[in-house]
This record gives sequence, structure tokens and C-alpha cells, in this order.
Amino acid sequence: MTGRMPGKTNRSLALAGLTALCAAATIACGASYFEIPIETPIRAKLDVSAFQRVLIAGFVAGGTEDVDANQETVRLLRSQLRTKSSLRVIDAEIIPLVEIARDQNRTAAGANDSAASRENTSGVPGSATPNAPDQGDQPMPLPDRIKGEKDLEPYERLFANTDYWKKIGEEHQNPLIVTGTVLFVPHSRSGFVSRDEEQFDSFGRRRVVPVRTYVDRKGFILRPKFVFIDGRTGATMYSESYREEILYSAQQNTPALSSYFELMDRLVPNFLSALSSQKIRGTRVLLR
Amino acid sequence: MSHRIAAFLALFVAASASPLFADARSDAKLQVDFGIHVAQRGLWREAIYRWEKAVELDPTYAAAFNDLAVAYEHEGQLEKARKAYEKALALEPNNTQIRQNYELFREINDRTNAGKDKP
Repeated sequence: MTGRMPGKTNRSLALAGLTALCAAATIACGASYFEIPIETPIRAKLDVSAFQRVLIAGFVAGGTEDVDANQETVRLLRSQLRTKSSLRVIDAEIIPLVEIARDQNRTAAGANDSAASRENTSGVPGSATPNAPDQGDQPMPLPDRIKGEKDLEPYERLFANTDYWKKIGEEHQNPLIVTGTVLFVPHSRSGFVSRDEEQFDSFGRRRVVPVRTYVDRKGFILRPKFVFIDGRTGATMYSESYREEILYSAQQNTPALSSYFELMDRLVPNFLSALSSQKIRGTRVLLR
Repeated sequence: MSHRIAAFLALFVAASASPLFADARSDAKLQVDFGIHVAQRGLWREAIYRWEKAVELDPTYAAAFNDLAVAYEHEGQLEKARKAYEKALALEPNNTQIRQNYELFREINDRTNAGKDKP
């Protein structure tokens, strides 16, 4: 039996065709890219599972006298760790590390002097025992005021003094110890900067053009070095250094403390990522 | 008569979309599209599976490498993400969207590796 298909079937077929056509058109002519939010998990740089407590001991700080970088850094890191880490933050006196380093330096110099005098009294030139210190073992003199990076260098040996850090660890039930150096110095720079300027032509049409102008700018540089010490052994587990700077126009009068916090704000996520896993939110583009 | 044309058109569209007629790129494109669909619903593992298939089918498909890199990034597989972005950029060096994704990725990747001093 032959005959025409009923009209209803034809209409269904036509509808199906249209649907398929629409689907194909969507794929063929649809957007070629899609913005998508992502969260990148960042693993902690340090395995701190052996510690329940953390001691932000103090920092060898230098630079401007407008900010007590030791005190402010300890306060800021303690408050950040309290809210963003599972470690218990120990509330202890902030250690004046500059003074400790000077004491240790004096002790080391005294020990070297007495060893040298023992060597002289033996009367045999060049008969020093292999362990006796020579001039090269004399501790580097510590500058009274830390103005720049070079002044900080001699203080670095403090972090290698495992006996000292082990003793600090014992006093606080073997926590993870965070210490280091912080340099916060004023900085100025002059030069050309590019900025967009709005211009109108004779017909009143608006244009935005880049204009290069010479400006004097001043601000601050923050250079912290975070040293993570195992309180059980006094040994350094890990250390990291950062550098951030901020510049304002010369006319702008920004307080040093406010600049310090602005710069630390940029660094705190890096510091925290050493101790705990984090998720960094962002947007990416998926392409077809 | 118009019904017959519509039916023919439907058959043609369906046939042209079938794997029988598709080349490697269009097969890969189907995987990429499905990957985007599932990624938008948060099913990133499935998206990775689809995009890995896509780059296997067509190793010259820059968009597939880009999408795979984004998914790896989301899963925290940063080394794999870097390789996939670099492959995508090698295939399409002038693609600004891939470059922008890569720059954003590098910002995170550099940050996680920055400042590391050995004790």
C-alpha cells in the first residue's frame, strides 16, 4: 500500500529538521570563547604538620625610623596567622634581635681574642691548633644603624646559630619559629610616566591620548626575608625574600606606616602560602 | 515539496555532524564543546578527560590545549598547566586570549615559586 504520508508526520519531520539546524547553528555560530571563574589551589611550601604552635619571634629591622618594622611585622603576621592558619600563635615578648645579634657578636669576638692570646703565649709562631680561630674567623662588625641591605648582611649569621634557636624553641615547647629581616626604606624616583589624557578637537569630539610627562615620585621599598626555623633543632627549614616598592607623586604626603601596611598587604599571601594551602581566585577564557 | 526540503536538510545536518563524516578537528571540537559545557557546571575532571581526548585527536588544536591548561590550573596541576599553555602558544603565538590566560597563570606560578632561598 502506497500513499502520501500524513501531514502531521511531515510537520514533525520539518520540526526535527529545524531543531537539528538550530543546534548545528548554535555550535557553528555560537560564541568562540567563554569566561570562566577558576580557583587555583596552591599547596603549602612547608610541611608544618609536625608543629601545633608557631612563634613569630622577631625581626632584625632597619631603614626608616618612622616605623618600628620589627614590632609592626610581628604584630601583623601574628594576627594573620591567628585567622588564616591552623597553627596556634604563641603570644610572647617580641625578641629584640638586633641587640641579641650584637651580644652574640661581642661574645664571639671575646672568644676569638682569648684564643688568639693563648696562641701568642705558646711562643711558637704558626703553631696554632687546627681549631684555633684566625683573623678570618673574626665576626663581621655589626653596624649600629641598619640603613640598607649591606648593613643587614652581618646580622644574617644570627639565623644560623642553631644553639640559640634551639634554646628559644625549648622555652616555648618546640614550636615552628618565624624570624628574619625587614628593611623598610624611603625611596624616590624621577622619570617619565605615561598617562591617558582626554582631548577634544575643534568639532568637540573626545579623544583619549597617551601623554608622557616627567614626574618626581617618592615612596618606600620593603624588603623582608622570612626565615622558618624548626624549634626542636634550631635549624633553618626554609627562607624566602621579597621586594616590593610603592611610589606616590612628590606632592602626596603618605604616612610611612600606611605605606608599610600597603606593601605588607601584597606580601602576606606569599608568607601565608608557605605555611598553609590556599586557593587563588581568578578568571580564565575557554576557547572553542 | 517544502516538507521534503526540510526533511532533506535535517538529514544533511544530522549526517554532517556524525563522526562518519567528521575529520580529526571536528571530532576534537565536539570534545572541546562538551568539555566547556561540563566545566561551566563545575565538572572539571570530566572536562579534563574531554580536552585530553581533544588534543589526542588533534594535536594542532590550540584552543583545546588552552582549555586543558585552564582545567589543570583549576586542579592545581601547575606543571601540566604550564606545558599545555606553552603548547597552545606554540601553535598560536598571536592568540591574545591564550597569552592573557598564560600571563595570569604565570603570575600565580611565579608567586608560588618566588623568593625561595635554600637555607
